[in-house]
Amino acid sequence: MNSDTQKGFRVEDLKAYFGKVEALHGISMAIPFQQVTAIIGPSGCGKSTFVRCLNRMHEVTPETKVTGVCLWQGWDLYGPAVDPVEVRRRIGMVFQKANPFPMMSIYDNVVAGLKLMGVRNKQKLAQTAEQSLLRAALWDEVKDKLGQPGTSLSGGQQQRLCIARALAVEPEVLLLDEPTSALDPIAARKVEELIYDLKQSYTIVIVTHNMQQAARVSDRTAFFLLGELIEYDKTALIFTNPREKRTEDYITGRFG
Amino acid sequence: MNRYIALKKRAINRLAQGLCLLALLASIVPLVTILLDALARGGSALSLAFLTELPRPVGESGGGMANAIVGSGILVALASVVGLPLGIFGGIYLAEFGAHRFGHFIRFLADVLSGIPSIVNGIFAYTLLVLPFRHFSATAGGFALGLMMIPTVARTTEELILRVPTTLREGALALGIPYWKMVLRVVVRSVRGGILTGILLAIARIMGETAPLLFTSFGNPFWSFNVFEPISALPLQIFNYALSPFDEWHAQAWAGALVLITIVLGLNLVSRLIMRFSK
Repeated sequence: MNSDTQKGFRVEDLKAYFGKVEALHGISMAIPFQQVTAIIGPSGCGKSTFVRCLNRMHEVTPETKVTGVCLWQGWDLYGPAVDPVEVRRRIGMVFQKANPFPMMSIYDNVVAGLKLMGVRNKQKLAQTAEQSLLRAALWDEVKDKLGQPGTSLSGGQQQRLCIARALAVEPEVLLLDEPTSALDPIAARKVEELIYDLKQSYTIVIVTHNMQQAARVSDRTAFFLLGELIEYDKTALIFTNPREKRTEDYITGRFG
Repeated sequence: MNRYIALKKRAINRLAQGLCLLALLASIVPLVTILLDALARGGSALSLAFLTELPRPVGESGGGMANAIVGSGILVALASVVGLPLGIFGGIYLAEFGAHRFGHFIRFLADVLSGIPSIVNGIFAYTLLVLPFRHFSATAGGFALGLMMIPTVARTTEELILRVPTTLREGALALGIPYWKMVLRVVVRSVRGGILTGILLAIARIMGETAPLLFTSFGNPFWSFNVFEPISALPLQIFNYALSPFDEWHAQAWAGALVLITIVLGLNLVSRLIMRFSK
């Protein structure tokens, strides 16, 4: 195996279950390192379930199960000795609905991950907070009110706060599960611009309902349908010249 | 025809509203009566001396219930030592890991415990902490009261935690925070105002208990800060004075009742305020 195939995610025959129901029917794909990969598909097609398997969040839901192989940089995420906590620290995630911690200030939200991992050094915390907020393009808007509750921000700001919070623990990957679907177009554009900046230093997987968004931000696009990976290619190809009829039907809005 | 039906509906609506209002007023009447009665009969005996002095021996007039007020505080503190850790951590357990048969069993036991007559808690504490030492003590009284706090605090904590949205838990887990830290530092923290409210209400409830103290902390006409000695408490003192044949003691019992009601009402008000500000 050469070093190139070791880079990024390599997923093989990944199946995910809710109880006895199989939600993903054996997904195999490679997600390249430090690029943006978009996952599109109609509701219920397993997009979210798929990304939740990439950082072992799927198993947080009771009575779920995952089988198959999932490697990140050659690291077997479902290996017997692997601690899911470590997986989630290295592979960060941002959710559809912004979920800042209540009863915590903006500052405390950003450094929550570090603090809960036992980092006590005030200087290091302050530095990380500023850096993460800068990278999440939120610093200028909140630098004068870091002590205010995180929940006092607007929806778009809250989502960027959640991105800053995810960045603060220095992950290698960012999984974005429909990060802009609850935001107005202006706030959504800010988040998109942010994704564009972040891909310099992170591997990003974004689940989205918005095809224009996938076309704008991603390098590669995967189309999921009913728990299967239908087509996966360079974004430009998927949107201009899909091989599969079902992909074409979906992106042209004929169903879904 | 339609007009007739509309009128009829409106009349029934008015009637139902009126009956509800009547029921509400009727249920407020006892509270207001008790408050006014306590004020009328105990108000005259309430003075600075009453709040700061020890009870006087029979035959001497004056004196107060300072030791009983402080004693009640000490008993609440002792009860909290027993009731809070068990209640809070028990509630966390039920919320986080209580979705199986054992959890249902524990939940059932907690509900049974909260329904046990308080005097039975007193007897239990008596057998466990008084008989072996041949000695009434504040500790035994605090233990009996603490037992009563456990189910209230546990069930409040459980219900609050269960209401924390999954998104919040997932947000914390996705940062690579271990499960137990997520529960204690994010989930519990997000409902701490509610838990505090539950604690205050539990305290307000046990503050007025007499039965569990009758043969545990027993009562004491003097200052006592030793938790292994008998100690006075407001409800006990009220009980003893109310049963006495002296008019002055009766008035003092009313004054004690007034103080107790004020404390309990105060705790309720504070818990309301906390609820409002923690939202």
